[in-house]
Formats: sequence, structure tokens, C-alpha cells
Amino acid sequence: MKILVPLKRVPDSDTRIRLKADGSGIETDGVKFAVNPFDAIALEEALRLKEKDPSLEVVVVTVGRQESVEQLRFGLAMGADRAVLILATGTLDSLAVAKVLAAGFRREKPDAVFMGKQAIDDDSNQTGQMLAALLGIAQATFVSKFELDRSGDCARCGRETDAGIEMIEVSLPAVFTTDLRLNEPRYVSLPGIMRAKKKPIEELDLLALGVDAVSRTTVLKLELALRRKAGVRVKNVDELISKLRFEAKVI
Amino acid sequence: MQQILVIAEHAHGTLKPSTGAAVGFAQKVCAETGGSFDLLVLGSDAGAVASAAAQYGATEVLMADSPALAEPLADRHAHVIAEVARSHQSTLIVATSSTFSKDIVPRVAALLDAGMVSDVIGLQVEGGELVFTRPMFAGNVIATVKLAGAIKVVIVRGAAFAAAPALESPSPLVAVAVNVAALPSLTQFIGREEKAASRPDPTEARVVVSGGRALKNAEDFERLIGGLADALGGAVGSSRALVDAGITPNSLQIGQTGKVVAPELYLAVGISGAIQHLAGMKDATVIAAINKDGDAPIFEVADYGLVADVYEAVPELIAKLKA
Repeated sequence: MKILVPLKRVPDSDTRIRLKADGSGIETDGVKFAVNPFDAIALEEALRLKEKDPSLEVVVVTVGRQESVEQLRFGLAMGADRAVLILATGTLDSLAVAKVLAAGFRREKPDAVFMGKQAIDDDSNQTGQMLAALLGIAQATFVSKFELDRSGDCARCGRETDAGIEMIEVSLPAVFTTDLRLNEPRYVSLPGIMRAKKKPIEELDLLALGVDAVSRTTVLKLELALRRKAGVRVKNVDELISKLRFEAKVI
Repeated sequence: MQQILVIAEHAHGTLKPSTGAAVGFAQKVCAETGGSFDLLVLGSDAGAVASAAAQYGATEVLMADSPALAEPLADRHAHVIAEVARSHQSTLIVATSSTFSKDIVPRVAALLDAGMVSDVIGLQVEGGELVFTRPMFAGNVIATVKLAGAIKVVIVRGAAFAAAPALESPSPLVAVAVNVAALPSLTQFIGREEKAASRPDPTEARVVVSGGRALKNAEDFERLIGGLADALGGAVGSSRALVDAGITPNSLQIGQTGKVVAPELYLAVGISGAIQHLAGMKDATVIAAINKDGDAPIFEVADYGLVADVYEAVPELIAKLKA
């Protein structure tokens, strides 16, 4: 069995985002980059399956510039077997990335794709669903419980929906997008980092994959959101009620 | 001229009010560029939902009604929506942000090879082109984007758009043939752990009372947060910490990865105010916060802040509101 885990390079979740002066993008100088936290959860789940079945192969993949190799190394240090870097320049939107990943999928022929439900930079929540559609395979999004059937032909998932947890069974191969409560990713250990140095990282060119990855989305500009200002401190419950009732008139 | 397809969302035989946001967006596009919109209802025995949808002024309410669509399985729903979009030569597909649409609609976009924008909060028309604004980076950045291609797909934030008042003459209901044999069957529905909801949905409520880490267990959450919400006729919400701790269900989580709310009053009780939480509530009209820690970041966004132990302040607040 083989699981493909796409990892996205994103600014660390604690970063205070600054913009370039012309609004064309975020300021990356001095910014620490990390694996998208939801993708780390996806990789952790694949590694837990590998612990139960050592014959299972976990392949991490990313689409981006050369610097994204750092995130692949992190994935290898966590325990993935090998990595694929698909080199692409320019900004790719979710559909373009899904097309690239679909080409990667056809090359690797995994039984499942585990990936984050959204990336914490653009917060789009699209790529996994699009990948499943392009491949004509099943999807289970927002997964917080995962159980592989003994047959290896299907998996049962708990999905976090607005109404509560939904349970579905999906035929493999399928794309699973992971939610926060699926697991807590392990820390990368020093031996893990040492072992990762010997693991292979394959580099592929977008052109060699034969993908037409034209983005249909154009970002015209970015602006910092207006920040709310701190209001007043009230002394006690009576004053809070009075302010909400007579000043804000919301109760 | 846009030919818009709006996807209706419903549960338990009732049209969700949030569908109105997608309709409001479609109405705005039509007003700016010309065109018309249809509403699509997918489900099983969804006649009552379709009748409710008929009040929104759509050219037609399209009903894909089949037992095969009883549960919102993404493979089937996306297949039907894409078929309808093709047969109606849709140029724009619109849905309101929810786990339902976030699951299904990106799949539709890929089936149609269409670009997509999620969580749209603003719309302008520049030179006949639609230009969208949407939040990124946990709401810290607002992006202005446009889409290329003959079909565009958008999911809009519920609080950002509102439907124009209902029409007196309802839209005609038109059945869409569902070829069950052609539907994908890659997914089977097993069940749903649904909590009986005695309170309004936080995305639809005028008042949301939200609890955080200061609440020690589910009983205290119900007594203090639930009690305060009931005293105010509002909904309850939760920070991620309480969901992770198993104290509250995931369906209550407010934030970057949970629900995004914009009520008239958001009352944050014992919530520190991490940026991921703020992303889900900072568009509330009024924010009030109660927290023991006077340095908690929630006070940087709160209009009214009370530094107090929630175990003392909330019972007093409930008693005085009821008095």
C-alpha cells in the first residue's frame, strides 16, 4: 500500500503577516516557513498506518520552488520514506495545484492521498476536493477519524461537519482531507533528521509532467485587514449590562 | 450577462436561511452586470425546501429530487450540480460558505475546469469584470482577486451578503431528471452524530455567547455559557481549546478552521483570543469579553471588557439579566 501526502510550504502560524509595499504579496524576509499544520496532521496519520503495516510506503510531495525542499526534509524527518519535489514557478491557484498533484498521482499510483483540509495561508479549502474530482475518485473531507478496512479496499471516516460528526465509507483510492482533531503530529527527532538525510528526494519539472497548470485566479492586490480597536474596560457586571443595553443597544 | 446557478442548502426538510447570502450575491451580480439566476435544490423529498426557495425571486427553482441524493455525498452532488451547470450554460455558480458547500463545490469547480474563490466578502464590477474580495491568513489580509474562464465558481460568506425581500409571486419549480445509474457511488453514508440543537445555529444568531479555556467541564459550559445564551436568546459557540478537550462538539467551534460568525453581539467568556479564534468572530458588530487575565489579547478587539473570574461574573450576569 502507498499513501501520497502533499505538503505545502506556508508562513509559520505564529508569524505576524506583513505585506510588500506595493501590495503584490506578503513580505517573506525574515519569515519562518513551516509545513502547513493540517498537512502535518495528514502525514502523522499516514505514519500511524505505516506503524501498523511496515510494508506501507509514505511519499511526501510538494509543488513549488526549490526552497520547498525544506518542507520535504521535515516530512522525511517525521518518517516519510521518500519525497518528490515538483518544481514550479509563479503562483498556482488551487485548481492548478490539483492538476499538478493529479499528474503526480498518476505517476505514483497511491491507494490514498492524505492532505490538509486547508492551508493556513490562503485558507481556500479547495485543493483536495479538486484533486479527487480530476481523478474521478472518492473524497472524504474534514476527517477527524480514520479507519482502514481490513480488506484494504475502503476506509471509514468521521467528518467534522456543521451539523456534527458524519460517518461515511469511501472506496479506495480516495483523497482524505484532514481536520484538527484527527491526531497530534509527532515532534521531529534528531535521529529522524539524521535518517532523513539519506532518504531520496526526486525533483520533477512541471513541463516534464506534461501538466497545463494555468491559474484561473489572479490576485490583483493584498491589503492588511482593518484591525478593531480596543474599547473600554467596565468595572463590574452592572456596568457591562448597562453598556450593552443603553450604549450598544444589543441586548 | 451572467447566467447564475445558486446552490440551496437545507437540513431536516428546511431551507437554511444562509442560502439567502448566496441569493443576495447573485442579485447583486445581476444588478451590476445583467443576467438572471436559478436556484438548485438537491435532495430527497425536498418539495418543502423547493417551495421555500421559490420565494427568493429566482427565474426557476430547479429540483434534483431523488432518494439517491438523500445525503449530501460529495461525489453524487457534485456530479449533478456540474450536469445542471452544463445544461443551463451557467456562467457563475454560487453557494454560501459551510462544510456542505466547502465539501461539494470545489469538486464541481474541478469537474467544470472552473476557477474558484472561497469565502467571498465583497464584490465589485470593474470594466464588466467581477472582482472579489476575500480574507486570507486567518483574516489578517484581504485579497482582491478575479477569475478567468467561461464558468466561475464562488462560495460567499453568509454575513457578507443578504437577499432582497421575498417576492409575492413564487418562482416556478422545475424538476431536473436525475439519472441514478450514471451517479458515482464511491461513497456510502453510514450515519451522523447529530446533537439535538435546542439553540440557534451560531452563524445565524443575533447574539453568540462563546466559551473558552476558563470553562472546566461540559456541565459548567452548559450552566454558564448555555445559561447566558438562553438569558440573551442567543446561540452558543466555543473556542478550539474546549473542542480539543472534548468539552464541546466540533459544530460549535468558532475560528479560522471552524465557523465564522458576525452577530450583533459576540460575548467571549474565558477566551484568550488567539488570532485563529479572532478570524471567526472579529466581524461581529459588538464584541464583549470577560476574562480573568487583563492582558488577554481578546481585550484588544473587545468593545467592552470586564476583567473578572467567569465563575463569579457569569452567574451574576445571568441572574441580573433575568431579573
